[in-house]
Amino acid sequence: MSKKSLLARNNDLANTKRQIEVLSNGQFANGELPTFAKKIAATNQFPLRPKKLEILQINMGYMCNQVCAHCHVDAGPDRKEIMTKKTMQECLNVIKKTGAHTLDLTGGAPEMNPNFRWFVEEAAKLGINDFIVRSNLTIIRANKKFHDLPEFFKKHTIHVVSSMPHWTRGKTDKQRGDGVFDKSIQALQELNAVGYGIPGSDLKLDLVYNPSGAFLPGNQKALENDFKKALREEFNINFNSLFAITNLPISRFLDYLIASENYEDYMYALVEAYNPEAVKNVMCTNTLSVSWDGWLFDCDFNQMLNLKVASKVNHISVYNEKLLQNRNIIINQHCYGCTAGAGSSCQGVVA
Amino acid sequence: MSKTYYNPADLRKFGNITEWSEELGNKFFEYYGKVFEEGALTAREKSLIALAVAHTEQCPYCIDAYTKDGLQRGITKEEMMEAVHVGAAIKSGATLVHGVQMMNKVNKLEM
Ligand code: SF4
Ligand code: SF4
Repeated sequence: MSKKSLLARNNDLANTKRQIEVLSNGQFANGELPTFAKKIAATNQFPLRPKKLEILQINMGYMCNQVCAHCHVDAGPDRKEIMTKKTMQECLNVIKKTGAHTLDLTGGAPEMNPNFRWFVEEAAKLGINDFIVRSNLTIIRANKKFHDLPEFFKKHTIHVVSSMPHWTRGKTDKQRGDGVFDKSIQALQELNAVGYGIPGSDLKLDLVYNPSGAFLPGNQKALENDFKKALREEFNINFNSLFAITNLPISRFLDYLIASENYEDYMYALVEAYNPEAVKNVMCTNTLSVSWDGWLFDCDFNQMLNLKVASKVNHISVYNEKLLQNRNIIINQHCYGCTAGAGSSCQGVVA
Repeated sequence: MSKTYYNPADLRKFGNITEWSEELGNKFFEYYGKVFEEGALTAREKSLIALAVAHTEQCPYCIDAYTKDGLQRGITKEEMMEAVHVGAAIKSGATLVHGVQMMNKVNKLEM
């Protein structure tokens, strides 16, 4: 597995325009497969429009201690783009007046932003009491200064959502890097120790599973049972729910699909698994995504493709919820990843 | 025109068999779908059986399909390989047990 981001490797796909080109051409250009727009138009769901805004998802930066093979953010230690205090302040100004009740912090590893804790505390002062942090788990063990994160999460009753590709070491390390499994297990035990994921506790710990390869996730409930059984029996670990999420064909996962000659088949599989019901609950319908530098997007995926919201208001500094809510959501073929099977039910993804 | 007997892309066209015999095709797929539903056996167990049989049948389409199906269910490669060995053991056992027939025949024919 490469230890660098696509950007640092000067990979062609680090250019988002190139990704859109790939997604627009091939099977979709020659009519072999219907475009996403055409597909949702068939059930009168085009154009896709936002519903009530519930979640502000803030990307604290693309820096990460890991370089997972499938990462749709192209995150890694070599990515220096992180949110400044000034942009955080602009976010706080918006938090004061937004109708959204949940603040969803993602990255990269959001905890690596030096102002991460400050930001959470300020947002809590403004009355936000519904926080989600997308934590990659290993960050808790990465450095001494992160060891007390479970306590910090607990203090603000932050809902922790973490990815875990498999309950076996081999599969996990292959996707996320050597040693990730052991560190993740340790981090989960520490979260359990402060009360996370324990039956009856109000400290919620959910896991996200995404396939380590060019296949779709199987039945969410069956996977949850397998994960629960294995983690409890072997490591005495408890968690609340498991969300089985489909990998979207963008960024590093797209690079992998193309390099392994799986792209075509994967897109077929996504289109085949299309579920018109899932369109109603795609996360862009109740979430707004804010990038590290304050731009606004329909979702974290569109952010990574640099597809800004189709609105005059496209930056946090000029935020206007009413104008923003009156927009069409920008879609492309990657959206098929959100509508495959049961759809993505965790209101977003863990990168 | 494809020059091989098997083309991976043909698996996607499996459903097309209904075009030339709709009723039978639909009945088959309905039956097929039902078989793999959760029942007295779990869908996971059925997937592993299907993988083993796919190998003994040596059907490349089924092997592709049930390898992928196994991955989707979180089945490990160790489990998959063991399933293939089960198929192989039955196959070789079935060959070898016919050795008894050979022995019987030899015993009958030889003075
Ligand atoms: S998938 Fe998550 S943990 Fe892995 S590199 Fe990307 S942001 Fe980091
Ligand atoms: S990729 Fe983004 S815009 Fe497309 S359906 Fe999913 S959430 Fe919506």
